[in-house]
Amino acid sequence: MDQFTINLLFVGASFALYIGIAIWARAGSTSEFYAAGRGVHPVTNGMATAADWMSAASFISMAGLIAFTGYDNSTFLMGWTGGYVLLALLLAPYLRKFGKYTVSEFIGDRFYSQTARVVAVICLIVASVTYVIGQMTGVGVAFGRFLEVSNTSGLLIGACVVFAYAVFGGMKGVTYTQVAQYCVLITAYTIPAIFISLQLTGTPVPALGLFSDTASGEPLLTKLDAIVTELGFAEYTAHHSNTLNMVLFTLSLMIGTAGLPHVIMRFFTVPKVSDARWSAGWTLVFIALLYLTAPAVGAMARLNITDMMWPNGGIEGGAVSVEEIDTDPRYDWMQTWKKTGLLDWEDKNGDGKIQYYNDKSEAMTAIAEEKGWVGNELTKFNRDILVLANPEIANLPGWVIGLVAAGGLAAALSTAAGLLLAISSAVSHDLVKGAINPSISEKGELLAARIAMAVAIVVATYLGLNPPGFAAQTVALAFGLAAASIFPALMMGIFSTRINNTGAVAGMLAGLTVTLVYIFLHKGWLFIPGTNSFTDADPLLGPIKSTSFGAIGAMINFGVAYVVAGMTKETPQEIVELVESVRIPRGAGAAQNK
Amino acid sequence: MADHSTNSAQTAEADKGYWQANLRLIYISLAIWALVSFGFGILLRPLLSGIAVGGTDLGFWFAQQGSILVFLVLIFNYAWRMNKLDAEHGVDEE
Repeated sequence: MDQFTINLLFVGASFALYIGIAIWARAGSTSEFYAAGRGVHPVTNGMATAADWMSAASFISMAGLIAFTGYDNSTFLMGWTGGYVLLALLLAPYLRKFGKYTVSEFIGDRFYSQTARVVAVICLIVASVTYVIGQMTGVGVAFGRFLEVSNTSGLLIGACVVFAYAVFGGMKGVTYTQVAQYCVLITAYTIPAIFISLQLTGTPVPALGLFSDTASGEPLLTKLDAIVTELGFAEYTAHHSNTLNMVLFTLSLMIGTAGLPHVIMRFFTVPKVSDARWSAGWTLVFIALLYLTAPAVGAMARLNITDMMWPNGGIEGGAVSVEEIDTDPRYDWMQTWKKTGLLDWEDKNGDGKIQYYNDKSEAMTAIAEEKGWVGNELTKFNRDILVLANPEIANLPGWVIGLVAAGGLAAALSTAAGLLLAISSAVSHDLVKGAINPSISEKGELLAARIAMAVAIVVATYLGLNPPGFAAQTVALAFGLAAASIFPALMMGIFSTRINNTGAVAGMLAGLTVTLVYIFLHKGWLFIPGTNSFTDADPLLGPIKSTSFGAIGAMINFGVAYVVAGMTKETPQEIVELVESVRIPRGAGAAQNK
Repeated sequence: MADHSTNSAQTAEADKGYWQANLRLIYISLAIWALVSFGFGILLRPLLSGIAVGGTDLGFWFAQQGSILVFLVLIFNYAWRMNKLDAEHGVDEE
C-alpha cells in the first residue's frame, strides 16, 4: 500500500470516528450543543477544552519555530501555558459564578452598557478572524502534503472542508467528539516523538530524551549546538533575541490565552465554581502532554535534518549529493514536500552536492569561499512543514506518517471550525439580534450567521494565501489582540468596582485600536502584503515586534480605563453588589439553571 | 442573594475576610508564576547558568519545561486551597 492510501485511510477513519460520536451523542439532547461541558466531569471537560484550544499553531507550527530558532522561541511554550494560571486564578471561577454563556454578555451586564457589549463583540471578531487566518495557513500545509498538491490548492480545498465542517456544526459543540479529537491529536504527536527519542537517545520519554545523552555519550543538546554552530547558525540553547521583546511576547501570549472567548466559554458551563478551578488545571495537564514533548520534537528534528544534509558528520564529511536526494529512499520526503512548494533546493555551484549552511553568517564567508560554495543550497524550508515531515525524516513506518496527517488535520479543522462558529454567533446573536435589529426572525438570524461564516472564511482564505507569518506567528497576533482588548475588561470587571461603563469602553477601544494599528503598520493594513511601513526586523518602537505588542496594548487598556473611570460617574450600587456576589461562590447553583 | 437578608453585617464581614484571603493566595501564586517564567526562564537565566542540566543549563530547562510543570502545581494548589477556604468561610455552593 502506498503512503497516499495509508494517509487517506487514517484521515478517513478519524473523521468517521468524530462524525460517529457526534451522531451518537447528539441523539441525547440538543442543549448539549450550546452548553458543551455542562454536567461533564472536570477531567473530561479539561480534555475537550485542550482539543478545542490546541490548533494548527500548537500541533503543526510551534515545534518548527522552536527547531529553527532554539531557546529564543521558548516564549511560545511559556506563553501558551502560563495563560492558564491567569485564567484559573483571575477569571474562570468568577465568570462561572456569574452564570451567563458568553463573554460579551458578561461585559455588557457588568458594565451595564449595550455599547460595552457591542465593543466586546467587535474585539472578539477581530481576534477570531486573525486566529482563523493562522489556522488556514496550517490547513493549507496539511492538505497540500496529504493530497500531494501545491500549498495554494491545499488551502483552497481545505477552506471548503472547513466550511462544510463548520456548517455541519453540531460536532464542534459535543464534548465527546472533542475528547476523541484530543486522543487522536495527542497520539499522533507523541508516537513519532517516542520513536525518534528512542532512535537518538534510547529514552522512551521525549521530554526526558531532550536532556539525555546520544549514542556517542554526548548530550543531545551539546551535539546539536556543535553541529549548528559549525554551519554558521546561532547556537541552539543560547539567548540571542532581545530580552525585553521576549518578555513582552511571552506576556502577550499569556494574557491573550486568558482573553480568548472560545476558551473562557468552556468554564461558564462546568457544574460548580470549584469545578471551574479544577477544570483549568486539567486542561493544562492535557495541554502540557503536548507542550512538554514539543521542545524535544523541535530539537530532535533539527538534529535529524542537519544530519541528513551532512550525512558524514559535519562539513568535513561533505554534503549530501543531488543523486542521493533523487534516488535514496531515505530522502523521499524531500521529493514529496517539494510538490507543495514549501521545500526546495538548488545546486547553485553545480558541484553535484547540496550544501546547507547559514550564508548570512560572517564566519562562514571564508569557509564558503575556500570550498567553492556560493550560498545556502537548501533554498526553502518552511517552518510549518517540520512536524508533519518529521516522521518521514526519521524514516518511521507508513502508519505513523498517516497518523500524523490525521492529527494535524484534527487540530487545524476543529479549531478553525470552532472559531467560525464563534464568529457567526457573535455576528448574528450579539451584533444583529442584540444591537441592530432585535426583532429579527429566527430564520433571519440563522441566515446572518451563515453569511458571516462565509464572509469570514473567504477573508481568511484570501489572507491565508499570503499569510502575515507562519501559522503560530499569525495566531500569536490574534492572542495579542485578545490580550489588549478582552482580558483587561474581564479582569477589571471582577477585581475593581471602580471601573464604570465609560472606563471599560474607552479602555477596550484604546487597547484594541492601538494594538491593531501597530500590527497593521508592521504586517500591512488588513494584512494585505506590501502596505506595511515597518517590518518586525526593524520595528517602530525599539525592539518591540508587532507580535509582542499585545502586552503593551493591555497596559494601555488598563491605564485608559482607570483614568476615564476616575473622571466619570461612579459605578451604581447594584453593579457593585453584582461584583461582590460574583466574588463569592455561594449561590452559584441557581445561576446554572438559567 | 437571599443569604444576605439574615445577619447581613456578619456575612459581609466574613465575605470580606474570604476575599482578602483569596487575594493573598493570588498574589503569592502570581509571584511564583512570574519568577519561574520571566525570572528563571528569561531574565535570571545568566544567574542559573552554572547549574548544568543535560547538555545545557537550568534556565533553559525552566524556559522549555520547568515553568510548565510549576504552572500545573500552582493551578492545582490554588484549586485545592480555595475549595478548602470556601468551606472554612461558609461561602461554598452547598
